[in-house]
Amino acid sequence: MPVKRALIIGAGIAGMQAALDIANAGYEVVLVERLPSIGGRMHQLSETFPTLDCAQCILTPRMVEVGHHENIRLYTYSEVESVEGEVGDFRVRIRRHPAYVNWDICTGCGICQEKCPKRVLSTDFERGMGKRKAIYTLSPQAVPNKPVIDAENCIYFQRGKCRVCERFCPTGAIDFEQKESFFEERVGAIIVATGYDLLPLEELGEYGAGQIPDVIDGLAFERLLSASGPTAGKIRRPSDGKEPKTVVFVQCAGSRDPEHHMPYCSKICCMYTAKHAMLYKHRVHDGQAIVFYIDIRSAGKGYEEFVQRAITEDRVLYIRGKVARIYQEDGKVIVRGVDTLSGKQVEVAADMVVLAVAMVPRITTRALAEKLGIEVDEHGFLVEADGNLNPVETNRPGIFLAGAGAGPKDIPETVSQASGAAGKVLSLFSQWE
Amino acid sequence: MKISYFPGCTLNTKGKGFDRSVREAMAALGVELVELPDWNCCGASFPLLVDNVLDLVGPARVLINTAARDNKLTTACTTCYNVLKRTNRVLREDENIRERLNYFVEADYQGQVEVSDILQLIRDEVGFEKVKEAVKKPLNGLRVASYYGCMVLRPPREVAYDDPENPHALDDLMAALGAEPVRWGAKAECCGNYLVARKPEVAMEMSYRVLSSASRAGAEVIVANCPLCQFNLDRWQRDLTLTHGGFEPIPVLYFTQLLAIALGLDPGGYELEKHYVDPRPLLESKGLI
Repeated sequence: MPVKRALIIGAGIAGMQAALDIANAGYEVVLVERLPSIGGRMHQLSETFPTLDCAQCILTPRMVEVGHHENIRLYTYSEVESVEGEVGDFRVRIRRHPAYVNWDICTGCGICQEKCPKRVLSTDFERGMGKRKAIYTLSPQAVPNKPVIDAENCIYFQRGKCRVCERFCPTGAIDFEQKESFFEERVGAIIVATGYDLLPLEELGEYGAGQIPDVIDGLAFERLLSASGPTAGKIRRPSDGKEPKTVVFVQCAGSRDPEHHMPYCSKICCMYTAKHAMLYKHRVHDGQAIVFYIDIRSAGKGYEEFVQRAITEDRVLYIRGKVARIYQEDGKVIVRGVDTLSGKQVEVAADMVVLAVAMVPRITTRALAEKLGIEVDEHGFLVEADGNLNPVETNRPGIFLAGAGAGPKDIPETVSQASGAAGKVLSLFSQWE
Repeated sequence: MKISYFPGCTLNTKGKGFDRSVREAMAALGVELVELPDWNCCGASFPLLVDNVLDLVGPARVLINTAARDNKLTTACTTCYNVLKRTNRVLREDENIRERLNYFVEADYQGQVEVSDILQLIRDEVGFEKVKEAVKKPLNGLRVASYYGCMVLRPPREVAYDDPENPHALDDLMAALGAEPVRWGAKAECCGNYLVARKPEVAMEMSYRVLSSASRAGAEVIVANCPLCQFNLDRWQRDLTLTHGGFEPIPVLYFTQLLAIALGLDPGGYELEKHYVDPRPLLESKGLI
């Protein structure tokens, strides 16, 4: 008898959407997330294009719904270890990393994070723009709102002394002895929603190779824009905390560059760059926003109008051409490029540069695909059974795809694909009456 | 370690100081450079016409001569490196050209020689750690702008042994010698050398960009690995003081001159006096000569 339960790998907006669709139809969902809490990339965003909705405001209720749903069994800080079996009867082994906190008795009061003496740069969630403690949740809105201890930075784990969190925890939830744990689940279908990463700045030697503090990527700029981010929504450049008065936005940084980097278009950068430039102008009224672009790809409902609004209403300066080189000089970031409309070289002494870096699959996607017996393409993106007519199926029956792990996608497209994958799972379940 | 060495025309004439500093520094690092007997001009530029096989005969002969004695060839002239490396690649990968060339020069060469630039050799065969240990006179506090030019970086897939957009081998070597490499924007820009004959004003402007960028970054000296870059950057400075207000001359040394000095060798034969911008006052003020 096939098992009418679904496994969803990845709890970003794609995984959450698919989980809610299936759970609301009355079936159980096992939702596995690698990070300590759910929400994925969208949780890091400030506002969404083209409506300028506050990302957290529309996302947090869904996160809470996923966290409380009676049909959703949530495994955060966990990864899929192995998958056996076939459609209708997959046996999944899940490995949960030790949080060093007993989540069953932790109330999420946050005192441990307040008292922890060790501050570290948050390279993951805050993209290096802010700090966190060695015991932390990804954000104040984290679901589940339970902290984990980062052993690499914890004073007790490194030097054998401290235990401040343990001393102050009112419920005695800190457990330095905790080990990783394993769980077995049986499911009938799987949705892979592993999401994306950005090409590391270190790869972009021509743009400073990640060594210039005021050259940041788009996600880092989202954190600066975010009202709940490390600067409370104020635009402050990383090197000296000053408000940048000239900001250059570089599109196609590592995308559409078959000679050196990724040959494909990352699809979302034209739109989020317009949004970034617009939101920057909303916050720094006397600032100058300059966008370098190859061409503007704004196909989507209300998208072209949004870009035009950035150009005409918010007076963002769009320069058609590539940036050749970025370097630091005299406290400025020098951007050298070309304006292909006037045929002249352009040099801008900027205060900060935001690179719209190529989207790449999560580095873990390839290994996961191997465990699942599904394919990835030359860049590591998951492969659909057929790009035209089977865009959510894989070549393995019972395993489906959703979101940017299968190629660059924006939020509306990701959510559509996730609901499509959920629909495919539900139609499978309905055949198993 | 012993390795075949190709000096090239420039190091045999205008760049004698470079050549001597290379040989002495390498000997001090335990690498014996064996000059390739009966060597000829590398060709001085890599032909870009795909059917221009005749222009490859010169560099091919150098490689064939090497193959009779050694499987490795190193050179300090970056132009020679660029031409030899690219010719060798063609001989390795293009069966048609390989056959035609071998037939013409009556040889049977398959592209087996490994061509390296001297900086690459120091990095990969000696190692900067070992260089650091061998330093006798550290360049303490000397602020150096490391300049790479084009020849060891472009075209990247054919010649680059470093990040072509953000090279750092020379910076790493300078740091190992106790200097302070500055971060600057023009380290991989073209010095304009190719336009010296046809459009000297453009070449001068390109050199100005490199020189002024180094000065703005706080460098006291530029180190170059390429004899053409060194000459071009050094030579323009007298004109630049007349045409560009506020221009301050900056000495341009070969990196091996500083390497040899740091290794405690006598720079008497390095022709420091022949540089257009005299580097000696700076080196004296630092107690290095």
